[in-house]
Amino acid sequence: MSARPIATTRSSAGLPTGKLAVWWVIVSEIVIFGGLLASYIMYRLAHDAFSEQAAHTNMWIGAFNTLVLLSSSLTAVLAHQAAEAGDGRKAARLIWFTIGGAFTFLIVKSFEWTSEIQHGFTITSSTFWSFYYTAAGLHALHVLAGAIIMMFVASAAAKNLELHRVELIGVYWHFVDVVWIFLFPLLYIAK
Amino acid sequence: MTTHAHAAEHTHPNYVKIWAILVLLLCVSVAGPMFGHKLVTLITAFGIAVVKAYLVAKNFMHINLEKRFIPYIVLTMLVFMLLFFAGVAPDVMKKEGRQWEKPSWKTSAAASAAPAHEGEHH
Repeated sequence: MSARPIATTRSSAGLPTGKLAVWWVIVSEIVIFGGLLASYIMYRLAHDAFSEQAAHTNMWIGAFNTLVLLSSSLTAVLAHQAAEAGDGRKAARLIWFTIGGAFTFLIVKSFEWTSEIQHGFTITSSTFWSFYYTAAGLHALHVLAGAIIMMFVASAAAKNLELHRVELIGVYWHFVDVVWIFLFPLLYIAK
Repeated sequence: MTTHAHAAEHTHPNYVKIWAILVLLLCVSVAGPMFGHKLVTLITAFGIAVVKAYLVAKNFMHINLEKRFIPYIVLTMLVFMLLFFAGVAPDVMKKEGRQWEKPSWKTSAAASAAPAHEGEHH
């Protein structure tokens, strides 16, 4: 009998342990990002200078990256649908599209940050820019982590293996999308 | 029950249609600030963000199809965030309280108010 990871075989609290773990991660992340965003909102409401600094962020770049993440969420959920139908190859292909979206997001972000740093807006410039780089940087790390995990999931799915993981990484990816949905208006629109 | 079997119990919505709605909402949130009205910007930015997050959580994450305790723990965390905000906001946002004050805030507030009294600011 071959050994299988316990998360795929054991059901805990009425749902598979792997899925429970993903939701556990997500609710922990809500506290991390929620605390950061709540702090940002408090400072934003108390300091008018925040809006002056926020005026230097580029809304169009933020909007483009939002479109990229929304589209990558679409391919992630279509991959889940394909995995449910037992089509691992299609699921893998769609996950690779999602990974493409993740790297597009990161490349655009790196150009954006390079431009901002060249204009003198660094993490130590002001409280706004400290929040900006911390929140967007933490989110970008989650994008990178998701992309790396998806590579493993896609390579297994292409062989029709561990297809349940397609849904699990999808749930995580949609959460990353939701975080950006709130970061976008806070950092790019509310000026 | 495996994740696979559990998920297979529901029919999938038209995901492309939901994505199209999300993109349309994104366009509205980008267009909001162009009206130059603060309230419109707030509604189109944050009101639509809440709607978009709901659409993603419901249709892409299928949170409504999970065991009931999953949405409950998510909501619990959100309530914790509200408690955090309510507890900390007075200290962060006020210049002074009953037994404390922020001298640097008062100084900067006085400095920014001075030109206004002299009519240099509109």
